[in-house]
Amino acid sequence: MTADPRAAADRRTIVPLDPSLAPPGTRAFRDAGGIPADRWHADQNGETLVPTHCCFCGVQCGMYLRVDHGGKVFGVEPRNHDINRMRLCPKGINAYQQVNHPDRLTAPLMRRSRDEEFREVSWEEALDFTVSEVKRIQQTYGNDAFGLLGGASLFSEKTYLVGKFARVALKSRHVDYNGRLCMVSAAGANKLAFGIDRAGNPFSDILLTDCLLIAGSNVGECFPVMTQYVWGARDRGATLIVVDPRETAIARTADIHVALKPGTDSAFFTSVLNVVIEEGLTDENFLAGHATGWEEVRAKAAEYPPSRAAAICGIPAEQIVEVARAFARAPKAMAWHARGIEHHSQGVENCLSVINLCTATGHIGRPGAGYGTITGQGNGQGGREHGQKSDLLPGGRSISNEEHRRQICEIWGIEESELPPAGTSMMEMVWQMQRREIRGLIGICNNPFVSLPNYRVVKEGYDTTEFHAQFDFFLSETAANAHVVFPVTTWAEDEGVMANAEARVVKHNKAQDPPPGVRTDTWVICELARRLGAGDKFDFPDSRSVFDELRVASAGTVNDYYGITYERLEETGGIAWPCPTTDHPGTPRLFEDGKTYHPDGRIHLQAVEWHPPMDPYDDEHPMSLTTGRTVAHFLSGNQTRRLGALVEQTPRPWAEIHPSHGFRNGEPVRVVTRRGSEVFPALVTEAIRPDTVFVPYHWPVPAAANALTIDALDPRSKIPEYKVCACRIEHAERVDEVPAPPVAPGHVAYPETQVSRTEPLPPTAPQGRGTSERS
Amino acid sequence: MMGRTIFIDPGRCIGCQACVSACRECDSHRGTSMIHLDYTDEGHSVASLPTVCMHCEDPVAPCAEVCPADAILVTADGVVQQADTTRCIGCSNCVNACPFGVPKIDLEAKLQMKCNLCYDRTAYGLAPMCATVCPTGALFYGTVEELQAERPGVQVADSFVFGETEVRTGVAVVVPAERVQWPVPGGLPVVEINGKDVRR
Ligand code: SF4
Ligand code: SF4
Ligand code: SF4
Repeated sequence: MTADPRAAADRRTIVPLDPSLAPPGTRAFRDAGGIPADRWHADQNGETLVPTHCCFCGVQCGMYLRVDHGGKVFGVEPRNHDINRMRLCPKGINAYQQVNHPDRLTAPLMRRSRDEEFREVSWEEALDFTVSEVKRIQQTYGNDAFGLLGGASLFSEKTYLVGKFARVALKSRHVDYNGRLCMVSAAGANKLAFGIDRAGNPFSDILLTDCLLIAGSNVGECFPVMTQYVWGARDRGATLIVVDPRETAIARTADIHVALKPGTDSAFFTSVLNVVIEEGLTDENFLAGHATGWEEVRAKAAEYPPSRAAAICGIPAEQIVEVARAFARAPKAMAWHARGIEHHSQGVENCLSVINLCTATGHIGRPGAGYGTITGQGNGQGGREHGQKSDLLPGGRSISNEEHRRQICEIWGIEESELPPAGTSMMEMVWQMQRREIRGLIGICNNPFVSLPNYRVVKEGYDTTEFHAQFDFFLSETAANAHVVFPVTTWAEDEGVMANAEARVVKHNKAQDPPPGVRTDTWVICELARRLGAGDKFDFPDSRSVFDELRVASAGTVNDYYGITYERLEETGGIAWPCPTTDHPGTPRLFEDGKTYHPDGRIHLQAVEWHPPMDPYDDEHPMSLTTGRTVAHFLSGNQTRRLGALVEQTPRPWAEIHPSHGFRNGEPVRVVTRRGSEVFPALVTEAIRPDTVFVPYHWPVPAAANALTIDALDPRSKIPEYKVCACRIEHAERVDEVPAPPVAPGHVAYPETQVSRTEPLPPTAPQGRGTSERS
Repeated sequence: MMGRTIFIDPGRCIGCQACVSACRECDSHRGTSMIHLDYTDEGHSVASLPTVCMHCEDPVAPCAEVCPADAILVTADGVVQQADTTRCIGCSNCVNACPFGVPKIDLEAKLQMKCNLCYDRTAYGLAPMCATVCPTGALFYGTVEELQAERPGVQVADSFVFGETEVRTGVAVVVPAERVQWPVPGGLPVVEINGKDVRR
């Protein structure tokens, strides 16, 4: 900490307000100095604009943080970055408000048992207690009895540290991260088919396509800034196909909206492929030159004629034919997908069925033709590239591959025998906690109490642990269960990189010093490592020093970051990996040379068999429950449920149901699954299938969609099946209250947001999409 | 036609309310949003529609015309400013006169507030906050030529009829090409007040 705020300001990356004074590199941002120095309000004279990116979703919009004379973030200004070209969504606009929010944790919290109240303690005491508990648990039950769960909102440097800390300092195999709940199905499918785990094309390719297929993605609410690309394509006359059980804002304007039943995606896509083959629309040259496994895929597709798929998916068979013709006949077509098809016990298969379609029609590796995955979390892509996932080492290396293990041990300076084997996935770790196989846990910037399925199991798992520490900057529902909470920095108080949905690495800059008492995650991890006796391997004073090791650790792998430096990122506004040398321009579009990252350079197609979702329908539970996001909130809501404007925009969850069930808007509707039941206000709309209920998942119990969802996993990606489970709906008396987020002792909750959260809902109040601001 | 202004394209709006949040960040009324977002066909569709001040030109902005305190100034470039804080008496005449339902009154401060096209930004050549951030381009700031270059064939309307009154506006609305019609019907005429037929 420094006493003089001016000194702090000097260390920040600042774009001067006068364009003629901008350093040469910043010109590449195109907007350097776009804000005139003499804006008319006196309070703006002297403010600085720090170029950075949004902390939330995988689009990673560029923005400026406005910093006042005292070195404090106080506002946001749009930034003309390539990704978003000034556009922002409501989360991005309000993000800056969390930096100096009154709920921020500013001292470590500690208690020796869960029956006690938290008290604020010194860093010394919190670190000592944590380390003594780690040692006690590991000495009694073995190293693997202590686990680590990371987060995909962390900068890539920090995710690299999490993976290294687990293996080198904790010496435990049990490390995973909440990106496991995000796009690992797509990652798995892409790895199988292409040998590389990322989107094939940049967002800007959408502007060039003739047919855009969006599957399982509510782009309008989850990735609003991407809609400018969708509309750009529409302006050029591109056909838009949307596959989604709900009529979302994007589906509303689509040429073809396939409102299929949740959990039937691979049957649909395989049937589309069936029609493509039947009508002779396959690109046989492309298949012969670039793919393997086509015969098996063709044979499997023959088993899915439109009549069969139409019955499975609950859609007209003609739609399947229409989609096949539109996609296959387009000179350039693209498929983008997100959690809607990935959050399934057959998530990998769903993604593979889309890849089969793109490959069979030859829509791969050209400008305007290819595939993309829309990452939900800010660093969902980068977060798994450098060893935070249980089965991966830095550079996307496999932890079970002898050669890969040897390479990393050399870089880390440890013996190969010391490197633990692969661990289990996030949900499996919770089951292990329930079974007392994992007795202690450190969680870093994640909130499984809201974000994991089957809340009762999650709560039981966490309650069973003997010791639980959590890193966060607000007291999340999960942190409120911990023994120790470490107050760490927000994204605006440190520098580091993230990789967005296009695999474009972007740099976040530091805009202000952290409040007194708050430390960076890097500092806390290194300090814990030092106390665990691994200090020599964790001598990292800042993010830059971690990034330099990360670059070396990724060199020569598929996820090659070696050529990416902080300086280059600042000059260019982002570089897509692989980027092997410092003069390499990066790789925005994959496979332009027709080669994949498999040794044979081919696309490995896999035949896909559809199977029903894991939670079977019966007379008691005849309908599908599906979950998703709203535009105002981010994931578990620990951040956005504290920001006034966002709470006002969407104060509480709702159950979206079709008018045929006889409910009035706003009436309490009880949603019952085999895991439990909860009562939400009904949002009655024709924009959803009659057999489907939708509930957004950003709130904790008793208004949590995840108290109802099933903890069934995809066998390959281990992603939970959030997007479909069996349910029924009933009339109820009153909707369940929405609890306020927990607040640490000594902190005052934001009065403005408290009011709208707890206001009881009049039974017939109009809900809109959970919108309170109406005229 | 108009110079640089806002164009509203309801067909693109996704109801995300980024404009509402962005409007709160405008320095001339920080913390309060001047944008309304309407859900036009609730229960059937997710369609939504943003309303910003239309900056009426002809007849001279109705809000300014009825203001007894002369608090609403119209600048030479056609921007209808929000009330002058030293003049406004908070009488709400402007609220009643506005055919688009735009001005808001802060009862405690006895002050009218409304969109002034981000004069603090546009005066420096920047776009208003709402149109800058709108992810879809449902709010677009520029000239009609710039709009048409980006969206080939797009048609806009800048006059609306309310009953027998026609209002020409500085802000324009995108209308479906096959439904182009000037003036655009802006609302149903008022035919009855307190049980009395008020038609002439
Ligand atoms: S920001 Fe644009 S898309 Fe979002 S609600 Fe406002 S006008 Fe509609
Ligand atoms: S839209 Fe309403 S507030 Fe705006 S200029 Fe016209 S009358 Fe005045
Ligand atoms: S409220 Fe203020 S601006 Fe509106 S008419 Fe009355 S005095 Fe004029």
